[in-house]
Parts: sequence; C-alpha cells; structure tokens
Amino acid sequence: MNFSPTKEQLMVRKMIKQFAHNEMKPIAQLTDEEARYPQETIDKLGKLGVMGMPMPKEYGGAESDYVAYAGAIEELSKVCSSTGLIVQTHVALCCWPILTFGTQEQKRKYLPDLVAGRKLGAFALTEANAGTDAAGLQTKAVDMGDHWVLNGTKAFLSAAGIADVYIVMAMTDKSKGTKGISAFIIEKGTPGFNRGKKEDKMGIRGSLMAEQIIKDCIIPKENLLGEVGKGFKVAMASLDVGRLGVACQALGIAQGAFDETVKYMKSRKQFGKSLDKFQALAFEMADMKTRLDCTRLLILNAADRRDKGLPCTTETAEAKLYASETAVYVTNKAVQFHGGYGYTKDYPVERMMRDAKITEIYEGTSEVMRMVISGDIFR
Amino acid sequence: MDVWVYAEQRNGELMSVAAELLGEGYRLSREIGDRKVCAVLVGGNVSHLIDELYAYGADKVYILEDPLLEKYTTDGYTKVIANAISEYKPEIFLFGATHIGRDLAPRIAARIDTGLTADSTSLAIDEQDKTLIQIKPAFGGNLMAKIICPVKRPQMTTVRPGVMKKKERDDQHKGELIKVPCNLDSSDINVEVVEVVITAKEQAFSADADIICAGGRGIGGTEGFEMLEQLAQKVGGVVGATRAATDAGWIDAACLIGQTGTTIKPKIYFACGISGAIQHVVGIEKSDIIIAINNDPDALIFSVADYGIVGDYKEIIPEIIAQWNLEG
Amino acid sequence: MKIIVCAKQVPDTTEVKIDKVKNTLIRDSAPSIMNYEDENALEEALRIKEQFPDSYITVISMGPPQAKDMLEECIAQGADEAILISDRELVGSDTWATSNVLAAGIRKLSGFDLILTGRQAIDGDTAQVGPQLAEKLGIPQVTYVKEVTVNDNEIIAKRTLENGYETLKLKTPCLLTVTRELNQPRYMTIKGIYNVKNQEIKVWNIKDINVDLTEVGLDASPTKVVESFVPTSKGKGTVIEADSAKEKVAILLEKLKEKHI
Repeated sequence: MNFSPTKEQLMVRKMIKQFAHNEMKPIAQLTDEEARYPQETIDKLGKLGVMGMPMPKEYGGAESDYVAYAGAIEELSKVCSSTGLIVQTHVALCCWPILTFGTQEQKRKYLPDLVAGRKLGAFALTEANAGTDAAGLQTKAVDMGDHWVLNGTKAFLSAAGIADVYIVMAMTDKSKGTKGISAFIIEKGTPGFNRGKKEDKMGIRGSLMAEQIIKDCIIPKENLLGEVGKGFKVAMASLDVGRLGVACQALGIAQGAFDETVKYMKSRKQFGKSLDKFQALAFEMADMKTRLDCTRLLILNAADRRDKGLPCTTETAEAKLYASETAVYVTNKAVQFHGGYGYTKDYPVERMMRDAKITEIYEGTSEVMRMVISGDIFR
Repeated sequence: MDVWVYAEQRNGELMSVAAELLGEGYRLSREIGDRKVCAVLVGGNVSHLIDELYAYGADKVYILEDPLLEKYTTDGYTKVIANAISEYKPEIFLFGATHIGRDLAPRIAARIDTGLTADSTSLAIDEQDKTLIQIKPAFGGNLMAKIICPVKRPQMTTVRPGVMKKKERDDQHKGELIKVPCNLDSSDINVEVVEVVITAKEQAFSADADIICAGGRGIGGTEGFEMLEQLAQKVGGVVGATRAATDAGWIDAACLIGQTGTTIKPKIYFACGISGAIQHVVGIEKSDIIIAINNDPDALIFSVADYGIVGDYKEIIPEIIAQWNLEG
Repeated sequence: MKIIVCAKQVPDTTEVKIDKVKNTLIRDSAPSIMNYEDENALEEALRIKEQFPDSYITVISMGPPQAKDMLEECIAQGADEAILISDRELVGSDTWATSNVLAAGIRKLSGFDLILTGRQAIDGDTAQVGPQLAEKLGIPQVTYVKEVTVNDNEIIAKRTLENGYETLKLKTPCLLTVTRELNQPRYMTIKGIYNVKNQEIKVWNIKDINVDLTEVGLDASPTKVVESFVPTSKGKGTVIEADSAKEKVAILLEKLKEKHI
C-alpha cells in the first residue's frame, strides 16, 4: 500500500481547492440560505472534467483513479457539501451503473453527455415505505411486450426534476423480494414522470431533494439497465461507490469545520489569551485531528482497493460509518468552540453541523453500515 | 564619469520623479567627489524643460530631440540613449521606476551589456571604492537586498518615485547644455503608438500629497470608499487603497499603494480597515505619521502605526470629519 | 502561431515568514507557486490558441529541478510543451544572465511568433527579464500589457500607464509582458492532469543551450547581491484608549496638534 499521493492526486486536489475557494466559497452561504441549486458551479465543474472524472476516455472521462476522485469530493465538500453531494451522486449512482451494467448502446447514448456534465444523473431507490428494506419497493414495472410500464412514487430523490437521466429501481416480480427488482433508465421529460413535493431540509440545502411521481410511464425495452431481476445488485454495487463519495463528503465537512475552528481559536481571545492556548480545548482539537486522519486513511484504503479491483464493500462501509460519525462529532465541537458565534449564520460552522447529519443517514444509514460490517465479520 | 538622470517627460511635462532623481543624483555626484549630475532629456520638442532641470540642480543637460521621439517608444528611446551612453560614458545612470522607466532601462541595460537594479529605495556611495550601493526591497518587501555592480558601467538602477528628495527649486541656477545628435530613422521604430489615453484618475499619490486616506479589505465595499472620499475632502487629502481593495474592484487600480503600487510619504497616512501586510507597509513606511483604524486589535498595521484606534471605521471616520480642525 | 510563455516558479511572498531571532527570511516557509502574472501570460496564450487552433504553446522556465511541478501544471492547463532549463551553474544569475539563458533556450526552439511573460516576478519584482530577453532576441517589446488583440501577424496591445493606457501596434515576432488585469487564468482540467504523464517535461542544462559561464551564472552576472536583511519596522506607536469613538478621535486630534501638523 502506498501512502504517498501521486502527482495526479496532488494536482487534482490543488485544482479543486482553487476552484472551491474562488468559485464556491463566495456563494456557499447563499446556496444554503436560499436552498438554491448551484447550477453555475456544476456547469463549470462539467467543463473542467470533474463530473465524469473516473469514467473511461472513450466517453470523455479522464480515467482518474478513485483516490484522486475521493480527494476531489473532499475538497468540494470542505467548502460546499451540497456541491460535493451533487457531483458524487451523479458519478457514483448514474454514470457508474450505466458504465458497469449498461449495454454498448446505453453507454454510447448516455455517458458522453453525463461525463461532460451537459446532463445530470440521479438515482431512485428509496420510497416512502422502503428504504433500507428494499424488498418492500412498491414501484412496479410491467412488461407489455414491446415496452415497460412503470408506476410508483420515489421519495427523497436528490436532483429530482433537475436531473436529466434517472436510474430507477422497480419491482418486476414482487414475489421474489429483492431478486424481483430491476433497474431502468428514465429520461427527464418522459410522459408520466414528474417531480412531486420538494423537501425542506435541515442541511445540504443546495442539493434539491423531492418526490418523483411515476404514473403510467412508458419506457422502451432498451432502457432496462442490466438483466431483469438484477436491479438490487445494480443498486447495491452503485451504492458501494456512492458510500465512498458520502465518506469523502463527510470528511470534507469535518475538515472544513475543523479548519474554521483552528482559524477562530487563533484569533478569539478570552481571559487575555487566544483559545488555542487553552489546553483543554487544544487537546480536543488533537483528538479531532486524529479522527480526521483516521477517516482519511479508511477512505484511502477503500478507494485504493477499488482502484485495484479488489472487493471493497466492507472497507467502504467502514469508511462511510466512521467518516459520517466523525463529521457529526467534529462539526458539533466546532460550533461549541465558536461559542455563541458558532450558533449564528455569521460563521459557516452552523451550516456544516446541519450538513453533517445527513451523511449518517443517506446511501445507507450508520445502522446499515454496521450490518454490512458485522455481516462480514460473522459470515 | 558623471551621474546621469533620465529626465522623464510626458507630453512635454516633466515627471515629478525627474526632479527627485536630480536631487539624489546631485548628492551622489558630490559624494563621489567632483562629479556632475546630468539630466538626459529626450523627446520631440522639449527644450522648454531645460531651465526646470537646471533649477532642480542639473549641472548639465543632454538633450536628444527628434520628431520621431515625440511619443515614447522603447525602440526609439533605447537607441538614442544607448548611443549617448557609449559616447559620454556616465558612471551612474538613474531612471524613475515608472511604467516607462521600467520599460526603457532594462532594454538599454541589455543593449549596452551592463547591470541594472530595479526599484531602489535607497542609494549610497561606498567610501572605499566609490561604487554605487543600491538597496531595494525583494520578496514582496519582506527582505531588503543590497546590490552593487562592481565592473560594468554605467551602474544603472530604477528608483521608486516618491522616495528621493528633490532639491529646493532654484531658478537662478544654470548649467551646461549638450545637444546630442539622434541619427534616428523611422525604420528603427517597430512599434506604432496608436493612441495614448489619459483616464480621469490622475496619479493620485505624487510625493506632494500631504494627507492620504487609504482603505483595505476591512472597508468592505464601495460605500466605505465613499466615506473615505468624504474624509479626504475634509482633510484636504486623496484616497488610496490596498491590493485587496483594488482587486475587489472597490476603487480604481491607480489608487494602489504598496509594493506593486505607489510608494508614498505623506505627512499623515490614514490606514482604515488595512491589516498591514508587508506588501502594503513597504509603500507607506516613509509617511511622517501613520494613523491606523481597525476593529482587530491584533492587526499588524498597529505595529507600524504612530497612533492606533481600535474600532469600526464607520464610527471613527464620521467623528474625524466632525471634529477635524487642523490647518491644511 | 508559435507562442512561447516564459514562466517562473516563485515562493508565495504573501506567506513568507521571518525568523525573528536571526532576522532572516525562512524561505521554506512559503509554498512555491507559479508567478501570478506568468499565469496570465499562459492564459493569454491559451486564449490565442482557442482563436487560432493550430497554435503551439511552449512554456519555458529557468529554475531548480522542482520547478518541473509548475510546468506540469502548465501542461494540465493546456500548454503543448514545457521546458525547464536547470543547472547548478545557473544559481545566482541576475536578470542580465537570466535573459541570456532564456534567449539561448528559445533560440534552440524552432522559431516563434510571440513571446508572452509576466510583467514581473513577485520574488524579485524587477520587471527586467522581459525587456532584456526581447533585446537579446532583437524583437520589439510591449510591457505592462492589459489587453491583446491578435490579427494574423499583427498585434494590438494596450499598455497601462500610471494614469491611463496607450494602444500600440506591432508585428510578430515580438514579446509582451502582461499584468493581472489582462485576464483570469483558468484552472487545470482533470483530463489535462491525467495527460501530464504523456508529456515529458524536457530538462536542459547549460551545455544543451550552448552557453558558457561568461554569459550565465553568478560570476557572469554584472550585479551582485552583497547583503540582504529584514527591514526594520517603524516601531509600535500608541493605541488610543477611550470609551467612545468621539473621545478617541478627540485624543487623536489633540496629539496631532502637539506635533504641529
């Protein structure tokens, strides 16, 4: 295992850092306050090749490694975790499954635009009554011979209504449980495929989340992604990539809050000395720093295994579990160390604290991560 | 073997730095001992400036006139000045570090193969070997370098405007005039000057501005600079700014003070919302009195200020405007 | 159009720290970056290439081996080729010697139409290498350029003056030194970054560019830095203490009066 970053990994991090500082930082607070989808930022990231960075060159990607990708998501999320989420969902839950499970025609049709960021991708699994328990999916797909008809309602769908290409999980055979799930590609604008109620969220407010209503939606045969009944596999494999992204997003939020706190502690004076001179606080910062680096190593391990083609489901779950809990822990402390100011919108740490929580929930809750890890222990 | 000074003129008007360099050149020439300070005057029709150069201390004026020199061009000016250097062999040649001086001096130095120091802020003559000791800021003003040019001649440097002291103007003082033939052909000049545009903002910080009211990042926007403008009007000064403020577009880049902008030495310098980065401080430290207004008690500016007020400039400045009762 | 960009890797002078005991600069304290205005020069070259797609951009730099990092970033931004002139003998070169090095390096290339470089580097702030290089290559120059228009072999450049600007017209080949006003440098692209490994950064020593120690290096340099020191600050003055803004200003004006201002 190599702990030293490659030239490319360093350059990607540097480039994203510059970009985030110049283009994202000035609007991060507004993005949150107005729950405004950062369209301009996403367009710019598309032009820079970030929206499909690990995808193959033949589809316009850079074939970057996942360690570099992890660094990119972390740097984006340090400044604006909504943007970090949008990029990672697009790459992990739309580009990646099409690349991995799609036919040649599907890849040629969808990937070039997705990779270039001209089109945005989304992933629809969760429903009102089925999240962690995917066997309870109620969205149905019926084979009508020369086409499919889908009906159902998806919940908490990131980029609903904004995205152009959706990977949608639907039951093709309810009796088979998760083995009766199939994956479909649905394009924006398909009749009967509409956004429902928008959610008013606690955090990551720049990333739009809503219901998506699927009513008598006619889908061409060739839009089945992978085989019939293999949709759960598509979803789980994609979520492995997604969880790596969420881990990086969580690390970014935590590191961002930590950096803000270091800056604040150096400048804020109480009892005649700056906060960093109080050992009780400084020691807590030492603990946080250690947790951050621990998280980074877990992510590095998961990403490195992915780059090498090794199994990484458990490693990714560990990274996501630890990263998201670290994010909640560090941002909570960051607000605490900022005192009353930390509770105001004059400092970004309150936003980071709100943003952190979701990382323990989506793309598999911490409980699901523990199921995955313990399942591997007691296999 | 004299000390030469480039008497930069634009549109037939002498730049302030020319007189400053004559003052410094005069001092240096006497320090070497029994040398002359000479002004080098180049242009299309500039003989009306000769008396002014004498008045500021020139012992000699070398005049290089040609219709082709009406407008400044690197090519034309380099050729005639380089030829004059080869002919008369000055010991030292000083240029103002203006946009033109910094365009011209390196081109000349390269043509005659001598050394050139940029942006000197202090000059002296070595007591032993009589060479020119040049002090200039480097690393954004974090470091000062002492530079010599031991072998090649002339010893050339550009000098920051506003740093050197003019001699008292003496209109009785006269010197010797030397007309240098130019032998210039239009084929010597490869750049065509299409137009020269003077924008409304005149150079705000001549050495003559007695009071400068400057703002930095802490000013926060254009409204803050309007307040500084009011202060400047009240106290009879001009407005200046730091890089952070000009980069943000709150005020014209011509108002930039510091390492990459203008060096100033007013009687009073108001530094409002300025953190005091070294790049800025290097341009203001010759001010007689620096008054810092900043809401951060730890701002570096307080370590160079004569008087500091910790507080919000939005409260302090209106008070100064209300209470100001000093003469001029 | 063949475009050459001259770039320098410099310490970020806004981050330089001073050793307060030894009163010297801690050079390692500042990260190495590409000189800001050289970034603008590269950006302009890239824009010209967008206008004339058959253009070819070569970035050339003199510096220590680690300046390769900067050149790799230039490739990642879209430069076609990058050359580092690096040799222990070059240490201590002043601007005269540096322009000799760059001129020799450029002569080794197969011609050029336009040379772009930053007005000055933030470490030395001399603004001399550009004009000296133009002189040594025998081509016209425009310094302090804030706007460029290219029409085939004719360049129209706006050059900033202290109180305005002038518009100049000249023919290629020529050299322009540019300011930060000129443009907003672009970011590296991900593809560019992953393309770096396919682009070898050429490293030339003084033999490769056919110069000798009468032209380059410390001994050949006409100017010598004999000493460097940290400037002394004016020293801390008085912070005026009072309860209200009104009182503080009153005290200040009283103090100014005492000084007979």
